Amino acid sequence: MSTQTSIPTPRSPYVRRKTTRGNYELYSWVFMRASGVLLVVLVFGHLFVNLMVGDGVKAIDFAFVGGKWASPFWQMWDLAMLWLAMIHGTNGVRTIINDYAQRDVTRGVLKGLLLLAFTFTVVLGTLVIFTFDPCPADAPAQLLASFCTA
Amino acid sequence: MTAVMESSADAAARPEAGAVASFDVTLKVRRFNPEVSEEAYWEEHTVTAHGTDRVLDALHKIKWEIDGSLTFRRSCAHGICGSDAVRINGRNRLACKTLLKDVNPDKPITVEPIKGLPVVKDLVVDMEPFFASYREIMPFLITSGNEPSRENIQSQADRDRFDDTTKCILCAACTSSCPVFWTDGQYFGPAAIVNAHRFIFDSRDEGATQRLEILNDKEGVWRCRTTFNCTEACPRGIEVTKAIQEVKRAMITRAF
Repeated sequence: MSTQTSIPTPRSPYVRRKTTRGNYELYSWVFMRASGVLLVVLVFGHLFVNLMVGDGVKAIDFAFVGGKWASPFWQMWDLAMLWLAMIHGTNGVRTIINDYAQRDVTRGVLKGLLLLAFTFTVVLGTLVIFTFDPCPADAPAQLLASFCTA
Repeated sequence: MTAVMESSADAAARPEAGAVASFDVTLKVRRFNPEVSEEAYWEEHTVTAHGTDRVLDALHKIKWEIDGSLTFRRSCAHGICGSDAVRINGRNRLACKTLLKDVNPDKPITVEPIKGLPVVKDLVVDMEPFFASYREIMPFLITSGNEPSRENIQSQADRDRFDDTTKCILCAACTSSCPVFWTDGQYFGPAAIVNAHRFIFDSRDEGATQRLEILNDKEGVWRCRTTFNCTEACPRGIEVTKAIQEVKRAMITRAF
């Protein structure tokens, strides 16, 4: 069963460092459940529309994406998916770091990197969704969505 | 005629009718003595045991007949006091409730101190961090008003609500089986939450709000990852993970 090398040297006693009461972990726990349910709808809706409706996967090109992001509905859909997935995933990794990092310094550094990655992805993603130009001026017409040339 | 010959040949090997079969079993015990060395090590002893013997009997045999320096806790030796929780073949069990024949005596049986608590010597751990969490949840009846002059009556249904969690013997088998507790020992641990549950859902108790407030900590119930190690380890068969989830639910219904 257990091997001879698996157990570390017995460690020194510890005491609870400080009381950290508050509803933060409660809300975080509820958010994980609620966003999980929403993400199932958003992600599978996204996959269905992109891969199965109409020509299916072959329809995806610059024009397809440009056409989708010209509509406020799909902008909001993708924005919700981006934010919920990023917060959900980041919060999950945060709890994993809390569970596995044993030293406070390691924990702090890992969470700092996580926050950096989160901020970068969310800001960049949000920027792309709202500033995306579906009809760049000097692009060949056959690559663009139909409404560009009209 | 052949039948008679066979039975007489077997007679020598077979135990007497009604006798308990005996066998040799090897115990691999994790030893640690800080007065000699800071390093813990494994030590093997082979003893003769019977089919009715428990791991505790084998430990007794080692201590009483082979090596008197082997140190472990046990008080009642019958699964009530909760003193001899140890890690047997990698699982937290009471040594006095685990029969040797149930943990495969053909191979060496490993016996280690429970994990996550500081080891004092051999199988004895410092239970103080465990009891500190237990004290934090205020494990006593909190009421207001005058002291009752007669029995504080409770219906059977109200009593059944928390019956499961009254069975806890504070052996620490659950808390020391919890991977979240192993990390840094800051988590309250299943045992503290079970004992809070025992009062939170008691219709006579009026301290539920305070107890929920205490467990609504960063290190409280929200660190439970529902791995069910505690439920699996509990020698009293308490549905520990379920109790933790019930406390979570009580907090959520209180918050929304």
